[in-house]
Amino acid sequence: MRQSNIGWLFLAPATLILFVVGFIPFIYILYVGFFDWNTNALDPTLRWAGLQNYRNLVFDTTFLNSLARTLVFAFIVVISELLLGYVLARALMADRLWGRQFFRTIHTLPIVVAPIAVGATWRLLCVPGFGIVPYYLKLWFGIDYNISTNAYHAFGTAIIMDLWHWTPFVTLSLMAGLTALPKEPLEQAQIDGGNKLQIFWYVIVPMLKPVLLTTVFIRLMDALRSVDEIWMLTKGGPAEATRFIGLHIWINVFPKTDYGYGAAMSLLTLYVTIVLSWLLFVAMTGRKGGAQ
Amino acid sequence: MRRSGIGSFVLWIGLTFLTLLPVWWMLVVSMRPRVKLYSKSVLIDDLYWDNFLAVLNSSTFLQYLWNSMVVATSNAALVCALGLLAAFGLSRYKISGGDNVFFWLITNRMAPPAVFLLPLFLLFTKWFVFGDFMLFDTKIGLILLYCVFNLPFAIWLLKGMLDGIPLELDEAARVDGATTGQVLSHVILPLARPGLAVTFILTWIFAWNEYLFAATLTSSADARTVTTALAEYVSVTGTNWGEMAAMAFLTTLPALVVLGFVQKHIVTGLTFGALKG
Repeated sequence: MRQSNIGWLFLAPATLILFVVGFIPFIYILYVGFFDWNTNALDPTLRWAGLQNYRNLVFDTTFLNSLARTLVFAFIVVISELLLGYVLARALMADRLWGRQFFRTIHTLPIVVAPIAVGATWRLLCVPGFGIVPYYLKLWFGIDYNISTNAYHAFGTAIIMDLWHWTPFVTLSLMAGLTALPKEPLEQAQIDGGNKLQIFWYVIVPMLKPVLLTTVFIRLMDALRSVDEIWMLTKGGPAEATRFIGLHIWINVFPKTDYGYGAAMSLLTLYVTIVLSWLLFVAMTGRKGGAQ
Repeated sequence: MRRSGIGSFVLWIGLTFLTLLPVWWMLVVSMRPRVKLYSKSVLIDDLYWDNFLAVLNSSTFLQYLWNSMVVATSNAALVCALGLLAAFGLSRYKISGGDNVFFWLITNRMAPPAVFLLPLFLLFTKWFVFGDFMLFDTKIGLILLYCVFNLPFAIWLLKGMLDGIPLELDEAARVDGATTGQVLSHVILPLARPGLAVTFILTWIFAWNEYLFAATLTSSADARTVTTALAEYVSVTGTNWGEMAAMAFLTTLPALVVLGFVQKHIVTGLTFGALKG
């Protein structure tokens, strides 16, 4: 290691770019949030509004519902993906499994598909009157499945689409974690007569905790901000059944050009995201101490 | 713990089927003429390429395709170059406050795009304006913007790789009289080449796949990308499913092509090196 300021020279270009496109926007939105600013209003200039935007936000039920909906969606998908991913990871790690590499590659496919194409594909599958999903559900099970009129169907489809898109990532990362586990504690637990459930809960889960929390963290952040897929699948509808917070901001702020209020919405969303990740971080470090 | 492979094998066959079904259906629809579109068979009945030809003959779509190519490639190249420099600085020099800067660089990746859309839109249209030139609706704007999520990612990935290159190699080269630039170009660069390739491909895919920023910060064929073409197509003509499927397939194609190559690194990449895939 060389102690010198030359190091800064190498960091400078990257820092500069991220300062311009990452930091300045953050400061700017912080500033705009305190103003009443609508470029299509009678007075298109910035007018000081203090905390009025935030005050309105607390009573904006559409916004709050959208936020709540996003949280419900995120919790459902993250927990389901974790459970599914664990089962699949164990299955893929079976001692004798022919074609493991092939399965792994196929399983990676959804991760790299553009979210917008994922949405388009699922629309092709699920759109009423055209897709095969409503057709065969009706034919085989007599279910009237319609994502453009039934809110529950739309919400459920959004969840299943997210499971299709991201469970593979959870599977692969849990596999990476499971492969790296030391064998001795597992064998010791078996010798001591622990049953499968005990071994899972008292041996595997504590050892896997860092991997589990990293995976949950990344998935949670992504689930909270998913926009593209949902936009293609349902456009946020029917009514507002699948209008998650990112989508809500996007389709509200730009057509209405209500920038001050949009800034407040964006900031509150950012705040919720940060609080959630902080809680997760506390759980991560706090529990680590408890387990040892 | 030994477990039988048969059950797992059956499970994985079923799962492979479920994973492939949506992509397969997209391909089936893209190869159907209009009259057969409402057939519910899940088999490709004949090789019908007109949907693909129609999409590829549209000059707007070709322009969008070109824009995507330019934006993704330039962004990946820029990110790799700056990422390598930054990773070199972080890995080889003691920088006062370096850990904090590193942490700040990385957190940029976690920012929810919907939150940054508005300030970036305002900055691009009102502040980053130089005479007649403004960043809004330019490929350069998108190339710079995609650094927000790609650059932290590249720095993280490359720092891990440079940390793995023994410091002794640098020192040996310096003893022989190499300058810092020569160390970088003759020692580090050849050894980091595989890592750079992975970084390039993954950042390229992320840039190619991006939609929200591209849709908000561009407005004309000068800078719009394929993902926005796909989204626009759906809003304009909701019923021409064959062409829409063909377009979706073309959008997915680059990812499919490099799938085998990035497969090993995708977990390392997406978990920011916290887990080795």
